[in-house]
This record gives sequence, structure tokens and C-alpha cells, in this order.
Amino acid sequence: MYYYTLQEDLINPNQHTAFQSENNAFARICPAPFRACMRTMKLIILNDYDQVGEWAAKYIRNKIINFNPGPDRFFILGLPTGGTPLGCYKKLIEFYKKGEISFKYVKTFNMDEYVGIPRNHPESYHSFMWNNLFKHIDIKSENTHILDGNAANLVEECDSFEKEIKAAGGIDLFVGGIGPDGHIAFNEPGSSLLSRTRVKTLAQDTILANARFFDGDLSKVPTMALTVGVATVMDAREVMILITGVHKAFALYKAIEEGVNHMWTVSAFQQHPQTVFVCDEDATLELRVKTVKYFRGMMHVHNKLVDPLPPK
Amino acid sequence: MPTNKSVSKAPITQFVNCRILRDHKLQREDLWVREGRILDPEKLFFDEEGYADQRVDCEGLIIAPGFIDVQINGGYGIDFSQATSNVRGGVALVAKKILEHGVTSFLPTLVTSPPNIYHKVLSEVKVHSGGVEGAGVLGCHLEGPFISLEKKGAHPEQYLRSFQSGGMLDLIETYGTLDNVAMVTLAPELPNSEKVVRELAQRGITVSLGHSVANLSQAEEAVQNGASFITHLFNAMLPFHHRDPGIVGLLTSDQVPQDRTVFYGMIADGIHTNSAALRIAHRAHPTEIYGNALLVTDAITAMGLPPGRHTLGQQVIEIQGLHAYVAGTKTLSGSIATMDMCVRHFKQASGCSVEQALEAASLHPAQLLGITRCKGTLDYGADADLVLLDDAINVRATYIAGQEVWRK
Repeated sequence: MYYYTLQEDLINPNQHTAFQSENNAFARICPAPFRACMRTMKLIILNDYDQVGEWAAKYIRNKIINFNPGPDRFFILGLPTGGTPLGCYKKLIEFYKKGEISFKYVKTFNMDEYVGIPRNHPESYHSFMWNNLFKHIDIKSENTHILDGNAANLVEECDSFEKEIKAAGGIDLFVGGIGPDGHIAFNEPGSSLLSRTRVKTLAQDTILANARFFDGDLSKVPTMALTVGVATVMDAREVMILITGVHKAFALYKAIEEGVNHMWTVSAFQQHPQTVFVCDEDATLELRVKTVKYFRGMMHVHNKLVDPLPPK
Repeated sequence: MPTNKSVSKAPITQFVNCRILRDHKLQREDLWVREGRILDPEKLFFDEEGYADQRVDCEGLIIAPGFIDVQINGGYGIDFSQATSNVRGGVALVAKKILEHGVTSFLPTLVTSPPNIYHKVLSEVKVHSGGVEGAGVLGCHLEGPFISLEKKGAHPEQYLRSFQSGGMLDLIETYGTLDNVAMVTLAPELPNSEKVVRELAQRGITVSLGHSVANLSQAEEAVQNGASFITHLFNAMLPFHHRDPGIVGLLTSDQVPQDRTVFYGMIADGIHTNSAALRIAHRAHPTEIYGNALLVTDAITAMGLPPGRHTLGQQVIEIQGLHAYVAGTKTLSGSIATMDMCVRHFKQASGCSVEQALEAASLHPAQLLGITRCKGTLDYGADADLVLLDDAINVRATYIAGQEVWRK
């Protein structure tokens, strides 16, 4: 059943454009006859960090091109920050420079931002997105959305972020990472799986993990952040999680081989209709050999999703 | 396409495909300019939701801050120390021509002259910004007449002066005014010089030591009183001696106040200073890891002119190849190398990096004059005075306030 579904997906990549007027969550990516079977979990296993970045970037590229965005039809992309997506962003910039992709009709919503550090602080997520993606591509500032950690009223800022996502028509593809404690965005262990965009106090694990960006000085790391909720990401039509490195291996194991649990919030995506986990070999070290072999065996099929698309 | 106009309606230029000198390193970054100043693109993006109106493709060139020449006596037949009928026109001609060498700001320099020359020239030459007409004038550099007889070099002996009891009064009587004066070179061993050094420094005028036979402690005292520059190190001063290094000893003196940097001017034309001596100076920097060398041309009237005889101040000089002598002698009377030649030669002779060589001609002069907020850097908010260079440090284009003023 899974294999059959995938084949249909590949044979009719352009069928989704037939139903653009409908607001239904699946209409924009999936034609009616195949809607029932477009519920998939894919685990993409690659050799190393660089391959993960490249695969993910190609996947995003193909999604955008297939979507065929235009002035009345933006592709809505959710984006993360941190070390994991850097390779992916570098590749996306490369594709833009080669002319394979344009971000003119793409809107972005970032997952999170620190509270209380200046927007132009070198470690703010605004600076991260500017330096690692926005300044290299043709995206318009008004189409980017990043939570403002210096807003006068943080709760209002979070609420209006949710409203902006809704006004844009919902997120087509939410890209995210995973923390060593299994968190998605800043939804730390114990976060409600039904949570929405809100202010969060950061867990000690997260502060330690972030210290390397603040000269190793724990006192300089912000302790609060604004973050999208688990349910906010679950609302996206498709979710792609990038996981690289041995220090994420246990979290990946908890996320996909154990149950849905609010202590490992990424596990919530076991109940999302369309999720892709992209990881490197190191990140699979805590998985069962059987799981890894199964998904490695699917790679020749999965790789077709990132093949260059024929020119129009 | 441009901004949402929340801050400014002025057009924005984006220099792409370039390497810019920022934070002492050449970095692959775009450079953004609006209203003649360097713009912060991140602020533009997030605050104003703006982007560039026009892009300039630099084809891989280096963008450095425009060069600043703090010692240039003239060029192309113009002698700043001569009271011609058109002083302003003369300064303007040189200002225009030196754009080709990447110089965007300079200090017209006057050698030892009689008071009437100072009175005339200083009343005509004003501080003003550069532009299409030529490099900007930051003020005048008065090299003399309060210098040492033994180290007069090419300066005319009959106009040398010393400080009588008046000190500053003598100075003002000689020069007429201190308006539009940015720098004064004097010999600190002259009696009554201490008060003069202090007074000038307090007025914000850079005091430089040169054409002097001062010993090290006289030089250190002058620095403590406010002197911050050495005019053409090694030339027109006592040579280094191991029991009294003289002014040269300032390079490694421990008597220099902590908060002060003493810069030294270097005529890096391959003639005024032997490369080995240049390297000794370059490697001796005290606390500044990026050095305190400052490149000057000390260019004379004949710079830009063919070989032969020409006038400098009240004397005649003779060009032979790249050398310029006081006519009939072997005394060097100044240089005819251009600023970009000096930068190239300094890099090659000292073995320093491209960044250090470029900073010696841009950042350090700005630091010396205390104008780094708007000159000598490519920091956000600084004036967009730029020089575009290839990897061999040849000038390809010059910009002042974001406007192209010369292109090869």
C-alpha cells in the first residue's frame, strides 16, 4: 500500500494544480482521487551532513517548482535555525544562484526567536536568517515573518503570528530540526502537544546546547523564547524534520520508534499525515537495525523525489 | 522595488560580486550605499522592507575605503607652497588627478615658507568634501618652518624659524590662522615647543615630529604633550642609535601613554627608505596588532610630470627617473610616487597582507586624524568613499559619497 501510494505521487506530480481554488488542507498538494492515500511517513537516510543538506534543499526546490507559485499563490514555507539546516540553506542559495529556483513568491515563517536580545545581535534568529539565507536570495522582506522577541506585548505578538499564518493560507511545508531532548522548535519536554505559538522558558539542555553561540558563557544565553507550538507545526500540510549527528540519535529513536509522548515533542509527528524525516547515518545509531535497513532499502524510490525536474 | 519609504526616499546602490575590507579582513559581502553613506542592509531589510534600486557588478574586485594622503606637496605642475594667483584652482587640479590613484581625501601640505605664503594659501584653501570635481580636503598639513636647521632636507633655510618666548604667538603670527589646519610638523627640541605641542593638540590639530634632531626623551615628552605622528620616519631625523634611538625609538618606547597610538609616516616609494628598514619599523609595532604604519606620498610638484627641472617651495628640484633631488645635490626633495604605487610597494617590501597595506593608506590616516566615524572604514554610517582594486592593487575605480568619480 505504501509503495503504491508513492508511485502515484511520482506519476502525477502536477495534478495538484487542478484544485487550487479549494481551501481544503490537502487540495493544494494532492488531487482528489489520491487524497485518501497521501498519508505518509518517510525516513530518508543519507551518509553524512552534507548529503542531508543537499537532499533537503532539493526536496524544497522541487516542492516549490511543482507548486508553481505566483503573485496570487504564494508557497508558504516554515523554517528553522541552528546548525542543522545550514547545509540545506547553503544549497538553496546555490540553486537560486544557478537560476533553478526563485523565492519571489515564497513566504516564510520562522519557528522561533529569543526574547530580549536586540534584533541585530549576531546570535538573534533575525541575524541568522539574514546572514544565512535572506541576504543571498530574492525573497522580499514583507514576505518573511519572524517572531519579534522585543515586542511590547509578547502574548499579542504570538497571537498575531498565528493569525498571519492563517491569513497566508496555512503552511505548505514546515521544515524543522530536533533538539537533543527531542524538542521541535522550543517546545521543550513537557510541552503540550496541542500548544500554539507562545512564550517559553528554555530547558537547561537547550541553554547548554546554545552556549556555544554565546562564547560558551551560560550567563549570556537568553532564557526565554517565542516559539510556534507543536500544534502550529502539526497544522502544516507537510512537515520535514532534519536530524544529523550522533548527539541527536537518541532523540530520533524516541521520536519514531517509541510512542507519542509530550516529553519528546517531535514524536507528535507520528500523527501528522505527511512527514519526512531526513537524517544522516550517525543519527540512526540508536534505531533498530531493522528500521534502518527497511528505510535504506527505500532510498532508490525516495531519491526520485529530488531528481531535477524537467524544464517547463 | 525600493523601500517602503519609511526612512528615506533616496536611491540605494548595492555593490555585488566584490570583496570588501571590513573588520581588518577582506570578506565576500555586498556593500550597500544610500545618500553617500554605507548602509546596513539587515536594518534596511527588516526595518524598511527595502532593497536596492541599482546594482553595480564589481566583477570580483576588492573594495577598500578610499585612500587618505596626509602629506602631499603638490603634483602635475602645482606646488601648494607657491602663492599663485589661483591657489584654489591648483589644489582642485591635484585633487582631481589623485582620484586616479584611489585617493579620496588629502591634506595639502606646505613646506617651510615665508609668512606671506602661509597667509595667502591658508586663506584660500578650505576644508571641503570631495566629489566628482576631486578628492576632499581635510585641512592643511604645515610641515615647518619650526624645524631643525640640521635636518631641513629640501626646505629653504632662510625661512626656518624657532619659537621665541611667545610660543603659540610665533606660530599664529607665522601662519596667520589655524583655521583649516589639520596637522603641523615641528621639531620638539626647539625651546618653548612643549606649550605649542600641548596647545595645538588641545585644538584638535595633529602634531607631528619631523625634520628634527630630537633625542628619544625629547620625542617622548612631545608625545606626552600630545604629539601623535612621526613625519616620514627615518628621513630628516637622527638615525637610530643604540644608546639614543632618537625619534625612531618612539616605535618601541614604553613612555607612550596607553590610550595613544603614535603613527609613523612612511614614504614607501622604494627610494626614501630601504626595504629592510621599512621591515624593521613594520615589525616593531608595540601593542597594535595591525601596526601603526601610515603611508604618505610626500609627493611634490613633479609628480605626474615628465623628467626635468621643476619648482618646490622656494627651490628648484630635478627629476631623474623615480628620484627627485634638490637641483645640483643628492638630497632627496620628495617623492613622485603615487599613493597606489606606495601601497603596492609597501605590501611587497614589508611582506604584510593586502588588508594591512590597504589599512595603512586608509584606516590609519583616519585614526590619526580622529575621523574614523566617517572616513577610512566601510562600517555602516561611514562616508562611501571607496576605491575598487584588483588583486595586484591597481586602482580600477574611485567613488566619493557613493558616486563614481573615476574609472579606468
